[in-house]
Amino acid sequence: MNYFTKSLLLVAVLGVAACSNASRFGAGSGTGAGGPYGDGAYGNGYGPGGAGYGAVDSAGLGGAGDPTSPAYFQQTVGDRVFFAVDQSTLSPEARTVLSQQANWLTTNRDYQIIIEGHADEQGTREYNLALGARRASSVQEYLISQGVSPNRMRTVSYGKERPIEVCSNEACYSRNRRAVTVISSGFGS
Amino acid sequence: MTLHRMLAPALAALVALAGISAPALAQQGPLRIEITEGVIEPLPFAVPAFIPENAAAAQYAEQLSRVVAANLTNTGLFREIPSSAHIARVTSFDAPVQYADWRAINAQALITGAVSVDGSGRLNVKFRLFDIVSGQPLGEGLQFAGSTQSWRRMAHKVSDAAYSRITGEGGYFDTRVVFVAESGPKNERRKRLAVMDQDGANVQYLTDSNSIVIAPRFSPNGDRILYTSYESGFPRIYLMDVATLSRRQLAEQPGTMTFAPRFSPDGQTVVFSMATGGNTDIYTLNVNSGQTTRLTSTPSIETAPSFSPDGRQIVFESDRSGTQQLYVMPASGGEPRRISGGAGRYATPVWSPRGDLIAFTKQHQGRFHIGVMRTDGSEERLLTASFLDEGPTWAPNGRVIMFTRETSGAGGQPALYSVDISGRNLRRIPTEGPSSDPAWSPLLP
Repeated sequence: MNYFTKSLLLVAVLGVAACSNASRFGAGSGTGAGGPYGDGAYGNGYGPGGAGYGAVDSAGLGGAGDPTSPAYFQQTVGDRVFFAVDQSTLSPEARTVLSQQANWLTTNRDYQIIIEGHADEQGTREYNLALGARRASSVQEYLISQGVSPNRMRTVSYGKERPIEVCSNEACYSRNRRAVTVISSGFGS
Repeated sequence: MTLHRMLAPALAALVALAGISAPALAQQGPLRIEITEGVIEPLPFAVPAFIPENAAAAQYAEQLSRVVAANLTNTGLFREIPSSAHIARVTSFDAPVQYADWRAINAQALITGAVSVDGSGRLNVKFRLFDIVSGQPLGEGLQFAGSTQSWRRMAHKVSDAAYSRITGEGGYFDTRVVFVAESGPKNERRKRLAVMDQDGANVQYLTDSNSIVIAPRFSPNGDRILYTSYESGFPRIYLMDVATLSRRQLAEQPGTMTFAPRFSPDGQTVVFSMATGGNTDIYTLNVNSGQTTRLTSTPSIETAPSFSPDGRQIVFESDRSGTQQLYVMPASGGEPRRISGGAGRYATPVWSPRGDLIAFTKQHQGRFHIGVMRTDGSEERLLTASFLDEGPTWAPNGRVIMFTRETSGAGGQPALYSVDISGRNLRRIPTEGPSSDPAWSPLLP
C-alpha cells in the first residue's frame, strides 16, 4: 500500500469515528491509552495522537462494513456494558452483549483484548478505581466462561478518570458506569 | 529556578538577634489565639513595609511584608490594619516602638522587619514581633539568610514564627503542596503533577500530561513524591525524587493495578492498594528491599490506607460491611476495628500529623463532605458540604485541611480549597488552572 492510499484510508476511518457514537476515539480510550502492553507500539498518551494510531490500525483491517474489523466489533457487536450504581454484577442485557463479544472474539482470534472498567463521578477517586477493577474483572470472567482465552485479555480500571458523558445527572452517570472491551491487533499487524 | 534549588536547604539556621530582652513564653502572654475555640474576631495586626538596609534590598522589602501579611490574613485568625491607617512610621529596625501610636489604631500585634543583601548576594531578613497591648516584644528577634531567589521562603519563615508565637501552634507557611494540574474537557482531561508553595506561588510542573496521574503524596521529609500514573497503560505507583525529578516504578506485578500509596512516618515503607483479579486489598512495600507484604485478604474493597504518625496503626476504607466505612488495624496487619458509625459512606481517611484526629471524605444524601473524627470514631464533625469534596490533606500543624472541590455539570472543574478543623475559614487556593488531589509537604528545613 503506498503512502497516498494509506492517507486516504486514514481520513476515511477518522471520518467514521467522528460520526459514530462510539467513544474510543473521542474519549481517548482504547489503543490510544498509552501503550497498554508497555512496548510503545500504540503511541503515548491521549488525544489526537493516540487516536490516530488506533485509526490507522483499523484502516488496515477494513471498515465497519467488514465483519472481522474492530470497527464492526465496536459498533455492531457492541463493545460495552453498563452497571447499576456501585455494582459490578452483570445484568441480563450485559450478558447478552458479552455473549456476542465472546462469539466474535473466539472467531477473530488475532486480537488482543483490554477490558476497561469505569465509574461515574459519584465516588472518591480511590474507591472508583477499585470499583472499575471489579467491573472489568466481571466482564473478563464472563468472557472466559464463554471460551475467550485468558491469555488474550488484560483488565484496567480508569475509575472516574475517563467519563464518556459529562453531565452530572443519572442520564450521564448510567452511561459512564461501564466496562469497555477494547481490541487491538496485537504486536505484529 | 529548579525545584532542587527551591527545596535545597538554602536558608541559614535561625539566629537570635542580640539586645532583645527575653520575653515571657508566648503561652503566658496576653497575646494569644486559641485556635480550637473557634475564633470569632480576628486579631488586628500591623506589618509595615520592611526596612531596606541597602539599595540591593529595596526590591524585596515591601514584597516580604506583603507575603507575611497575606499568610497571616489567610488563616482567618488575623486582620491586617492597612498601612494607610498607620500613625507611627517605622524608619529604622532598631528604633523604639511607638506603642501608643499602634494602640491608637487598635493594633494588637506589630511585626517589623529589615532586609539587606550582602556582598555575596545573600538576602538577610530580620524581624521582631511586638505585643502592643502589653507593650513588649513577643519572643526574640530572628534573622534568616538565604539566596535572593528564596525570598518568599524567608517571608514564610517570618510568618511561621509570628503565627506560632501568637497561637502556640506550629506554623505551616514554609511548606509546599504537590497536586494534579488539570486541563481539557471533562471527558478528555489531561493531568500532570505540579508543586507550589502553600499559597499558590512558585508553581513547577513535574510531569508532562501524556499520562493520567493521580493522588501524589510527599515523603515525611519532603524529598520524594509517591503518585499513581497510567504511564504503562495501567495504574501503577511511582516514586519521584524531588531534587532530580527522576522516578521509578514500585511494586511491579504483571496483571495487577497499584494505587493509593502513602509513606510510613519513617519514610521506609509504602502502604498502598493493589487490585488483583478485580479484588483490591492493602499491602506494604519496603522501599529499599522491594519486599511486599499483604495486610488484608478479603473479597471486599480495601483502599486509601494512611499510617498513624507513630507508625503503629493504619486507617483505611473498606466496603466489607456493604458500604464504605473506616477501619483501623495494626501496621503489620491483623484484625481491623471499624471506627465510622454514622449514616453515609466514609472514604479517604488521613491521620492527622498530631495524631489526634482522622480527616475523611463522607458521602451522604447526594452530597460530599470533608470531616474529622477522633481516632476512635467519636466526635465526628463535618467541615464542608458541596456537590463533590474529597481527598483531605493535613497542614503539618494539624490545624488546617486542604482538599479537592469539584463543580458539577459539563463545565465542572476541580479546585483546591482549605478549611480550619473548626470548620471556619473555607478558602479557595489560587492556582493557574483546574487543580485536584493536593498533598501538603512537611515544614521545610
